[in-house]
Amino acid sequence: MNGILAIAHLTWIEARRRRIVLAAVLCGLGFLVLFGLIVYFNADRAVGTLPNLQRRMVLQTLTIVGLYAVNFLVVALAVMLPVDTLSGEIDSGVIQTLASKPVRRSDIVLGKWMVFWLMIAGYIVLMAGGLVAIMWAFTGFRQQNLVPALALMQLEATVLICLTMAGGVRFTTITNGIVAFAFYAIAFVGGLVEQVGLVAGNAPARYIGTAISLFSPADALWRKATHILMPPFITQVQITPFSGGAVPSAAMVWWGVLFSGVMLAIAVRGFRRRAL
Amino acid sequence: MTDTVVETHGLRKHFGPNLAVADLSIGVRRGEVFGFLGPNGAGKTTSVKMLLGLIPPSSGSGTLLGAPLGDYRARARVGFLPEHFRFHDALTARELLRIHGRLYGMRGPSLERRIDAWLERVNLHEAANRPLKQFSKGMTQRAGLAQALMAEPDVVFLDEPTSGLDPLGRLLVRRLIEEVRARGATVFLNSHLLGEVEATCDRVAFVKRGRTVHEMSLRDAAYSLDVELRIDRTDSETLEGLGRFGTDVRLDDGVVCLRARSEGLVPEIARWLVAQGIGIHGIGSRTRSLEDYFVEIMGEDERPG
Repeated sequence: MNGILAIAHLTWIEARRRRIVLAAVLCGLGFLVLFGLIVYFNADRAVGTLPNLQRRMVLQTLTIVGLYAVNFLVVALAVMLPVDTLSGEIDSGVIQTLASKPVRRSDIVLGKWMVFWLMIAGYIVLMAGGLVAIMWAFTGFRQQNLVPALALMQLEATVLICLTMAGGVRFTTITNGIVAFAFYAIAFVGGLVEQVGLVAGNAPARYIGTAISLFSPADALWRKATHILMPPFITQVQITPFSGGAVPSAAMVWWGVLFSGVMLAIAVRGFRRRAL
Repeated sequence: MTDTVVETHGLRKHFGPNLAVADLSIGVRRGEVFGFLGPNGAGKTTSVKMLLGLIPPSSGSGTLLGAPLGDYRARARVGFLPEHFRFHDALTARELLRIHGRLYGMRGPSLERRIDAWLERVNLHEAANRPLKQFSKGMTQRAGLAQALMAEPDVVFLDEPTSGLDPLGRLLVRRLIEEVRARGATVFLNSHLLGEVEATCDRVAFVKRGRTVHEMSLRDAAYSLDVELRIDRTDSETLEGLGRFGTDVRLDDGVVCLRARSEGLVPEIARWLVAQGIGIHGIGSRTRSLEDYFVEIMGEDERPG
């Protein structure tokens, strides 16, 4: 445990000194300010005269749109944070002095992973919490089921962190970044195919979309999160892009957990065998 | 407690079709400064990395401080300065030592005292709170030396430890190596600077094309004197008779050459020649340097890397 904590401390200092944390927080705050301005100047004008049900529907959709943007920032951060942590240090030789110390190779991977996971968790809380607080402050809208939805966003980010760390053992930094983003893009397209298949009543398209989600579960977890965030009266009528009937099942959540575990195990095993 | 701190048997490493180390079989004793010599590409750095568990060997076996190679626990008593010393350059020198100290299991006030002592020892105390990215090559190398030595390890691997240092820095490294030896620890030194190896090492091994081809002691160097004799009789009987004073007796372009143990033998050779009634036209001797050995052992077919 001592090794994991020392590596975690090192990773945190590095992230802080390289202003990665500062850049992410400033960009996030910039987004929140922008979102706040939009809500402050427009939301009341747009929904002020609407009946209560429609007003809730519009505000809910606006919240989901904002969270969608937050989710995109989280996805980017989940890939960018760990993308060069192993490959970059292996290439530069920095890893040699660490790995020649009395520390397990697995401790190096797990120490880094732990910090990235906590940083993402903090970022999600800051951004999603900030966004929901803005909506409440300016419109009085209260988001339901926020905690389980944020947990799913965290799981989505965990999938990407683990995948990127596993890639970092074998690939160069650029290759790893391309693979990780492609993995997410495939998941996104898979989700789209599944939704289109549902709306068009095209069973093969739905099956293809589901198969892609199994291969790359990141986007499915986000769709599951949006479903949880929506009140039943919206999800049942299926009238927004976020309320599709093709809602990933609870099994997809367990698959996301298992997928993350397998990827982390691959990262540990690959790094243990890697010539440094 | 065993006297051998590093022991390998037929250690071999290939990267795909490329053979980096063919047969590393060495034994390094406790308390000695061991030089590991060879031309560029001979497999020295790969060998060190295998000993430290950074690279898994393709075959063969070995132990480090009595533990199988790759056992992370044994590395609690091992220090290492890599050839291309690169560290997390966002850290300050103090933070670098703190992190590495913690990896060695040190903590608290005793760790902070040790950090201060080592920063002082490698002349980085004034730059202790500056990030490493602002350091010169020499300063970074001195910080690297401090992280390698701060845990007072039983064996220290130094891969080209003076490559970025000025003469004063090199003197510092020589003193540090002497201090390590004085407390009974072992130094495993990779260096191209043969003069430094000669000045600091007790024993050396020569590596050629991934194979240890020769080991020798530098402290009681046998047959370290080249003697040249210009005499008026060079028959086989004379050459055979000169064999009692040394080895490798041969006739080279009318000059008799042999390798003697020490300069004290030269007058004895002269007396013996006179007693045999052989006329002496000239006697010359020259102490063989490590470079002479290096060139001889590596052979003419090795080209500079």
